[in-house]
Amino acid sequence: MSDNSLNNLPGGFKGMSHDMGSDQTAFKGAQWGKVMMWIFLLSDTFIFSCFLISYMKGRTSTVVDWPNTSEVFSLHVGGVPVPLLLIAIMTFVLITSSGTMALAVKYGYERNRKMCGWLILATAIGGLTFVGMQVFEWSKLIHEGVRPWENPFGAKQFGSFFFMITGFHGTHVSIGVIFLFIYARKVFRGDFDNAKRGFFTTMKSDYVAIEILGLYWHFVDLVWVFIFAFFYLW
Amino acid sequence: MSDEYNQKNTPLEAQSSETMTDISGTTSKDIDYVRPAELPEQDLYHGHSFITKWVFCQDAKVIGVQYFLTAVFTGIVGLVLSWLMRLQLGYPDLVPFITAEHYYQFVTMHGMIMVVYFLTALFLGGFGNYLIPLMVGARDMVFPYVNMVSFWMFFIAVCVLMASFFVPGGPTGAGWTLYPPQAILPGTPGSNMGIILMLASLSLFVIGFTMGGLNYIITILQARTRGMTLMRMPLTIWGIFTATALAMLAFPALLVSCIMMTLDKMLETSFFMPAIIQAGEVLDYGGGSPVLFQHLFWFFGHPEVYIVALPAFGIVSDLISVHARKNIFGYRMMVWAIVGIGGLSFFVWAHHMYVSGMNPWFGFFFATTTLIIAVPTALKVYNWIITLFRANIRMNTVMLFCLGFIVTFVNGGITGIFLGNVAVDIPLSDTYFVIAHFHMVMGVAPLMVIMGAVYHWFPLVTGRMLSEKLGKWHFWFTFLGAYSIYFPMHYLGFIGVPRRYFEMYDSPYVASATGMNEFITVAALIVGFAQFIFIYNIVTSLSIGKPAGKNPWKANSLEWLTPEVPPAHGNWGEKLPVIHRWPYDFNVPGAKEDYITQTTPPSEVMSAEVEKT
Ligand code: HEM
Ligand SMILES: [Cu+2]
Repeated sequence: MSDNSLNNLPGGFKGMSHDMGSDQTAFKGAQWGKVMMWIFLLSDTFIFSCFLISYMKGRTSTVVDWPNTSEVFSLHVGGVPVPLLLIAIMTFVLITSSGTMALAVKYGYERNRKMCGWLILATAIGGLTFVGMQVFEWSKLIHEGVRPWENPFGAKQFGSFFFMITGFHGTHVSIGVIFLFIYARKVFRGDFDNAKRGFFTTMKSDYVAIEILGLYWHFVDLVWVFIFAFFYLW
Repeated sequence: MSDEYNQKNTPLEAQSSETMTDISGTTSKDIDYVRPAELPEQDLYHGHSFITKWVFCQDAKVIGVQYFLTAVFTGIVGLVLSWLMRLQLGYPDLVPFITAEHYYQFVTMHGMIMVVYFLTALFLGGFGNYLIPLMVGARDMVFPYVNMVSFWMFFIAVCVLMASFFVPGGPTGAGWTLYPPQAILPGTPGSNMGIILMLASLSLFVIGFTMGGLNYIITILQARTRGMTLMRMPLTIWGIFTATALAMLAFPALLVSCIMMTLDKMLETSFFMPAIIQAGEVLDYGGGSPVLFQHLFWFFGHPEVYIVALPAFGIVSDLISVHARKNIFGYRMMVWAIVGIGGLSFFVWAHHMYVSGMNPWFGFFFATTTLIIAVPTALKVYNWIITLFRANIRMNTVMLFCLGFIVTFVNGGITGIFLGNVAVDIPLSDTYFVIAHFHMVMGVAPLMVIMGAVYHWFPLVTGRMLSEKLGKWHFWFTFLGAYSIYFPMHYLGFIGVPRRYFEMYDSPYVASATGMNEFITVAALIVGFAQFIFIYNIVTSLSIGKPAGKNPWKANSLEWLTPEVPPAHGNWGEKLPVIHRWPYDFNVPGAKEDYITQTTPPSEVMSAEVEKT
């Protein structure tokens, strides 16, 4: 942003009413893409909320009992069932990938191309590991006979909601991973330093794109925390 | 705000007129001050070939016209379906191919097309795309590419919807509310491919709309021109903005219910399906909740009503102000009413479910919230009327449609108060009273605005005026005709004629309803055909209409102030416009002309007593 009048804006609550009352932009200094991502995420929050509220409603009103989740989701290590093991690892991996993403954004703004690129790759691999473990969990459950339409351990809505919601979240993660790989390539190629024009959009690339992707990635993580709590801890 | 703060930051404010009050001391340079540009120039993609200019075009104005034409096309399909239904109701068995199954399919497709694919797409996709960048003074939408994809998503959604007419079993006949379990069970027409295509089409629509909606919101929030504060935007933009925000938060519920119902249909999950015995056979379903679907659907469905109504409110306010040559009464009140109605509309959804078997206390709560919405709504109606009071009204076609809107909207609003009360709604629900109510309030009223808006902005889009003479004929046919159709329906509802019924058979009230049904059918056919006057008017005016020139209505808002008319790609030529005032400075005491455009600097109208905006 070229204009130096953005440097001495009032802060706090006053600042907010000032910005809302002023011309041109309501969020001073925020790029279009960033605002877009925030509003998209707000909309996406409503999608996940609808899913989770439906799940709560479904779970509390089934006629058949809900399966005991700490048994269904446990892993057998040396013959002993360990509840929450897999899911703890998955959650750990995903949260860690949020950390690497945040660092990637930082190095991106510092124009440290190498570090930024590697950290994005690390994030992508974290995401991939997460999806991989989710595939493992799905196949384990399917192997035990859980299906979207049936469930040997109790209410069949368990399978339906589990596959639908984790599937929807997993799709988000996978889309994120694809973009992470694309962006890693762009970073290494130097697109963001040279403001290369996008293939489809013909718009100039900018490092802010990494921050925007970061917002998405943190959101996907945050949603996972809720899914984790509602499915595995309830 | 403290004084100290004010002084420190005055250069940041876009309040040129603030300094107006002490004209004596300040030089004209100070009065005209508008803070410098914050944003770099938007770089636009200019199409070169026919395809990039007219088909996969990234210019919001072309996209707007594309949305408009596609929506009107589906609207005509919806209109033809309504004729077929009316023929059956007025003259049972006259048309042999209208069987009960077909009737249900027509009702469903008519309702869904009109609400979602016609009105929503027309207001937000059509008017939104065309007007937002022009009215806020941007070169284009902020993400032109995404905007283009948005239209093509919508186009595919329409194609999928239309395809459902041609699949085995035909389109779904579940009613536009698509309630499970019946929507996906055999026995309902189109319960196989029909419903699947409907759900797929809705999902595509939501995805496409989200892309467009992000554009509209961010263009309005982040891409306004210098001097354009939020409180200087035309109410049209406020209406479209709030409606888009509602859509971004309401469509998720629709998407989720579509996904869940698709799974219920295709994978036999039981999200919405209780245990069911059909023809003596126990189905594989069990344990789900049909009422959950209704909650999700109406969490989308009620805001949807306002997604259609709010842009209409906004547009009609601007049309009234321009053609009554008077500022809109209570601009700020109007803005807050729009925003307030939008917010409240998320807390009233279960007034559609009074008879669904939900907890009766819910009905109590939702009746209360519903009636509260009547307050800001009534406020808007008063403000329109006060704007007209002692104004310098031009009785042209646009104004006629605006007046038609106010009358119909008040009519539909009053029946809405009936239906908002649980005790009154229970006998009336699922009767023709409901049909009459929502056709008045969200069928005819927004249509009046759309038509008025077309007469108003046609000169901008094409550079030619529409014929006033044909326009007046069109108005009177439409207005009187629509009343002949829907007014008697209130009575039909009172005597108990149920909605969505194919035939009345030997019901006791048949005798008194027959004549009326015939009358309504004739009126519906006439109104439908009267729309061809409109289409004829548009088509002929394209080539022989009176050339409009610049700003034919002497309006103030930016869309009329482009260097070229019709506006070119990039809208503003070399330099973006700079705004000094709101768009409602009509008949200002002391001004030379009866209007002061938004770009007129204060120094040019020193003696005018303008409002501080
Ligand atoms: C010439 C114009 C129109 C005529 C003659 C007409 C007529 C009808 C008729 C006969 C029905 C079926 C009633 C029943 O059997 O239950 C109906 C339903 C409906 N109409 Fe219209 N209509 C018109 C325009 C519109 C418009 C502009 C809208 C947009 C809001 C609309 C929205 C609906 C809806 C939502 C339903 C309910 C569908 C359902 O029950 O599933 N109609 N209309
Ligand atoms: Cu409602």
